[in-house]
Amino acid sequence: MTAETIADRKAEVWARLQTVTDPELDEPVTDLEFVTRADVDAENRVHIEFRLPTYWCAANFSFLMADDMRMAVKELPWVSAVNVTLGEHMYADKINAGLAQGLSFQETFGVEADGDLDDLRRTFLVKAFQRRQAALLAYLIAAGYPAAALVELTLGQLTAVKFDEAGGKLLARYLERRPVVAGVAETLAFIDADGDPLQTETLPTYVRALRRVDVNAEFNSALCRGLLHARFDTATPLTPRRAGQSAELPKVSA
Amino acid sequence: MYRTASGEDIFVIDGHTHFWDGSPANQKNIHGKQFIECFYAYHSNLSPPAEKWPLEKFEKYDAKTMHDDLFIYGYDDMAILQPTYLTDFYNNGFNTTERNSALKKSHPERFILNGAFDPRDGNKGLEELHAKAEKYKLQGVKLYTAEWRGESKGYRLDDKKTYKFLEAAQKLGIKNIHVHKGPTIIPLNKDAFDVGDVDDVATAFQDLNFIVEHCGLPRLDDFCWIATQETNVYAGIAVALPFIHSRPAYFAHVMAELLFWIGPDKILYGSDYGIWTPKWLIDKFMEFEIPEEMTKETGSVLTLENKKKILGLNAARIYNVDIEAQKNKIGATGGYAHLSAARAAE
Repeated sequence: MTAETIADRKAEVWARLQTVTDPELDEPVTDLEFVTRADVDAENRVHIEFRLPTYWCAANFSFLMADDMRMAVKELPWVSAVNVTLGEHMYADKINAGLAQGLSFQETFGVEADGDLDDLRRTFLVKAFQRRQAALLAYLIAAGYPAAALVELTLGQLTAVKFDEAGGKLLARYLERRPVVAGVAETLAFIDADGDPLQTETLPTYVRALRRVDVNAEFNSALCRGLLHARFDTATPLTPRRAGQSAELPKVSA
Repeated sequence: MYRTASGEDIFVIDGHTHFWDGSPANQKNIHGKQFIECFYAYHSNLSPPAEKWPLEKFEKYDAKTMHDDLFIYGYDDMAILQPTYLTDFYNNGFNTTERNSALKKSHPERFILNGAFDPRDGNKGLEELHAKAEKYKLQGVKLYTAEWRGESKGYRLDDKKTYKFLEAAQKLGIKNIHVHKGPTIIPLNKDAFDVGDVDDVATAFQDLNFIVEHCGLPRLDDFCWIATQETNVYAGIAVALPFIHSRPAYFAHVMAELLFWIGPDKILYGSDYGIWTPKWLIDKFMEFEIPEEMTKETGSVLTLENKKKILGLNAARIYNVDIEAQKNKIGATGGYAHLSAARAAE
């Protein structure tokens, strides 16, 4: 394989990884700088290494992200195998062994788990839906749409709205998560997490409640980014750590 | 004591402080090393540059450093010592009631000493709780539900075993239950930070106060919902507070939400010392206002009255501190000498 092909394939891998999000933060694992390595070898095997903001990050989210990365990259037709390795984590050995053998979360953790991660994944997909909906609703309200119109807006009408660039992004992000709660036959553009229509009178309260989900997620994102930075980054000088100890790891670029 | 520009004195009770030993000599294993280094990352990440400590100082500081940071350089009048045992990670434990008691002994007027229990300790743990409650006259305990015990990676508050301990606490006059969630509660496939078990025990134990440390972060949204349902659930704002420096807009959001959902009488200040120090936190907090736009939306205002409640009045109420009497006690031991000197110099 030529160097050029490898470079192209690496780029394809990074593009696939870009679609994988931290379920809690609803942001791509690449943007979060979790992924430190994505290489393709001569046998078309992909080797991915990632790290997290703390040694203690929840095992379930860690496993979910690793599993999602593996599945996302496997979709590339030329890939023969995907190895995902988590570094410097309390469950690194266990998770890496599970991943290497293609085990499920339940199989990896045995008695410590009483099921797989479907419910957890669902909980955070709903939260992501709520955040994305809140952002789009806030945008439309600010643009002058009255509550009565928003609660009755159909999906067709929503997608026909002429958005500016920022609004277009919000719409795309919302539409990506709308199917989490909306069935295929649902015609209303906006429904709540239970799939019920929104009400004109309570729309402001509803948007405010969703805002809480958003504030929480933004807060967590700021914390996680900051902790990752404090743990690994070398770009900003920190207070010197233990004399003679090099806490510095090579800066990786995503 | 914090004095406002108009000369009003504000009595400050720091709801969350630690006197730990995270030094390499005390670390039992890699987890002990990673635990203190994780704390250090919080410290490095959220402190203003001038307030950052070298790792050696952070791992283990002495009693005088802590006393002075809280009460002489800082505005704290009193501080609650919250233990974190972590005996699986540290040879002598990380921050035990026994270790903290040295501070209480040398400055009884300054410190409130809290205990801890772990329902996995069974009858032996219940006996110890009795003994400690008597020995230290405990009014509060700090629970760390994510503590590792051999194969066990944590416990839940709504477990029957925990109920036994809460019943015992109630009988022993321990009214304040500080709860801290960490990330490894079993079963591991569920949300490790889920605050639903707080809801359960708060309903079952109406006479106890449940102070959820770090206001349920990273589940602030779920926490606010629970806290509005239960009259005995409080929010400790340690960890949220230092965002006032690096992310003031987020801090404003958090405060606006907390004030809106649970109100100013149920929010408790905490520095989380030695992760952060009271001086800069309170300087910034006293200057801070919730932006007008957010106030319009939520009706939340961080008035001087609300700040006084958060900084001291609320904690004084649930820990039965008579502020005037306490000021006299502190004054009698020379605790305010530095203030008189500073004010004389002005």
